[in-house]
Amino acid sequence: MNVLVYLVPLAVGLGLIGLIAFLWALRSGQYSDVDGAALRVLSDDDIEQR
Amino acid sequence: MSEVLDLSHYAKPAADGTCGLDLAVEGVHCGACINRIEGAVKKLPGVTDARLNFTNRRLHVAWANGALKPGQILATLEGIGYRGHPFVPLRAEQEEAAEARRLTRYLAVAGFAAMNIMLLSVSLWSGTDMTPETRDFFHWASALIALPAAAYAGQPFFKSAWRALKARSLNMDVPITVGVTLALTMSLVETANHAASAYFDSAIMLLFFLLVGRTLEHAMRRKTRAMAGNLAALKADTAHRFLGDELVSVPVTALQAGDRLLVKPGERIPADGVVAGGSSEIDESVITGETAPRAIASGAQVYAGSMNYSGALTLRVTAAGEGALIDEIERLLEKAASAKARALRLADRASRIYAPVVHLTAALTAAGWLLAGASLHDAIVTAIAVLIITCPCALALAIPAVQVVASGALFRAGVILNAGDAVERLAEADTVVFDKTGTLTLPEPRVVNAAAVDPDLLQMAARLALSSRHPLAVALSREAVSRKPFEGAVEEPGQGVRAVIAGVEARLGSAQFCGLGNAAHTPGASLIAFSYGAQSAAIAIAQKLRPDAVEVIEALRALGLDLRLLSGDRAEAVTPVADALGIAQAQGGLKPADKIAIIEALKAQGRRVLMVGDGLNDAPSLAAAHVSLSPISATDLTQAQADAVFLGERLGPVYDAVRIARRARRLMKQNLWFAALYNAVAVPVAIAGLVTPLIAALAMSASSITVTLNALRARYQGMRS
Repeated sequence: MNVLVYLVPLAVGLGLIGLIAFLWALRSGQYSDVDGAALRVLSDDDIEQR
Repeated sequence: MSEVLDLSHYAKPAADGTCGLDLAVEGVHCGACINRIEGAVKKLPGVTDARLNFTNRRLHVAWANGALKPGQILATLEGIGYRGHPFVPLRAEQEEAAEARRLTRYLAVAGFAAMNIMLLSVSLWSGTDMTPETRDFFHWASALIALPAAAYAGQPFFKSAWRALKARSLNMDVPITVGVTLALTMSLVETANHAASAYFDSAIMLLFFLLVGRTLEHAMRRKTRAMAGNLAALKADTAHRFLGDELVSVPVTALQAGDRLLVKPGERIPADGVVAGGSSEIDESVITGETAPRAIASGAQVYAGSMNYSGALTLRVTAAGEGALIDEIERLLEKAASAKARALRLADRASRIYAPVVHLTAALTAAGWLLAGASLHDAIVTAIAVLIITCPCALALAIPAVQVVASGALFRAGVILNAGDAVERLAEADTVVFDKTGTLTLPEPRVVNAAAVDPDLLQMAARLALSSRHPLAVALSREAVSRKPFEGAVEEPGQGVRAVIAGVEARLGSAQFCGLGNAAHTPGASLIAFSYGAQSAAIAIAQKLRPDAVEVIEALRALGLDLRLLSGDRAEAVTPVADALGIAQAQGGLKPADKIAIIEALKAQGRRVLMVGDGLNDAPSLAAAHVSLSPISATDLTQAQADAVFLGERLGPVYDAVRIARRARRLMKQNLWFAALYNAVAVPVAIAGLVTPLIAALAMSASSITVTLNALRARYQGMRS
């Protein structure tokens, strides 16, 4: 069972990375316009008009 | 005379040499709108950033200072079919945005901790052949995650509990704080003593569930607040201010006492003031409920919102809250507010019973076990298990969850809540007092004898009316199907408009102007005459009932509500409306103080009064009533007093609001009873000392999820789609 000594902290550490990523996304305003983000992904403004 | 629109009041210079402007944009429907708007605005010279927030329909534009006039942005938007309304973000809104981010952070941390501790706990529950060393290791790992997470994510509860205790009162956060703190302390002590069970999971899950509820409640409130802010920006008018001899168009919010304004015929008076020049007739129905116009001349006091009928006025703006009527209203408002006993909300009442009962039970449990010969350690552990199992989770979610769902349903029905506890108070109403003008009737006058006029002639008259700014013509023009004015229409000041349509002259205006004799007069209505060659018609314009007023009044009566009509308008104007709606108890010619006196008398009889009104004269009555609603067309001061505002031309939202509120209150009570029942079952088990961490965790989740699901039943589809 000694493997748990580093497996459990490893699992918690991976979770922490996810938490930090979420907090960073929140801070950078990615959750301020949830409805808009859903529509912006469909826009073709980055494609050259022919 | 070309006027410049001066928006410098709204443009905010930033530190990096740019200037920023926030606009509420009307007409945004789909994803394509985002690109079109941002694309067009970014093409303007000097614009550094343009970002449309689709969630709250707001556009933020930044540009290099001095590179362009903010008016150009509005013109650009108008050019592609959208209307932008500048606004200053409210301080309250900014604070709420910060609070929302904070709550989401707490929620994320609590969620992370709850998931990881659960992972460890599930192993503990299922690992029957686990060595004591491994168990201790899992407990320590849980403690290491739980303690910092609780200290961080529990802040909103700890702070609120501390505030309540400092004010010598109890709220739901007090038992939550006591429960979480004791559970964590006990678990830590037990872990240090190599004991078999610890309750880290329950404590953190409790915080997580509660934070979910709080975050949702807050998000809902923010959504309604943003919507209300946009509506306010849409309503904000501009005024013509004299700058020397020139006229500059400025937003009403930028006006200051002493400014001189020009008010053209057909415009609303933008601010309270004294007439400095000119004479006219004004319609003060928004202020007093009186529908007959009043003649005014130099020196007269006028109030914002009145409609200027016939002549151009020069106005000197007086400080806000100055003037005889406003003074009277303010004085009555103060009195009404101080006389109003704050109704105790369901949640407060529940927590006042809950906290002492639970803490007493826990203390008695400890004492009982000690008397029965158990060790001090066992007695305390059992007492804390009682606290954990009676966790106020279900109780603390019971009401907020319903509140969130109900305010969502109200929002969809076109009712925007101003006050958080309005739902509960709306449900208690047993008497409804209506104002007449602008509440039961539409805020603007309409054609009332459309059936008596040849439809083709009426359409022609309505289209011709588009070319005039006279209030009667504006009212008539609402009937026009085609919004295209006739070419070559000429307005004869004080008489009417004429145009040549298909080779025949058409005239719209006074009876003499159109060559009509005195037509039969409809009481309470103003006549506008129309002639087209040999054909002619007299069109009656008057206050008209809201389109669904009759059915809504009927439906409200069917709900068992006692309906009254109190109006500031003349009794002759009130009676026909009361008769049409079948309201037996109607009174006219009331002053604001009279309305309050009647409401106070009703309250003295033990009635809960719902006041629905829009006029400035209704503001004190709205404040005095148990709960109040006002249409979006109401004056600002009145809206500020109302507990909720309803949108649109229909009266239906009033009915929907009562129905949704009653349903919500029923669900709140059900949830409270459910939480009580759950405790009645769980507490004996805990007192007996049979609770394990697994049972505690299951009971907590099950009860929280049940009340939340029950709350979802508050989603109510409106009376009609």
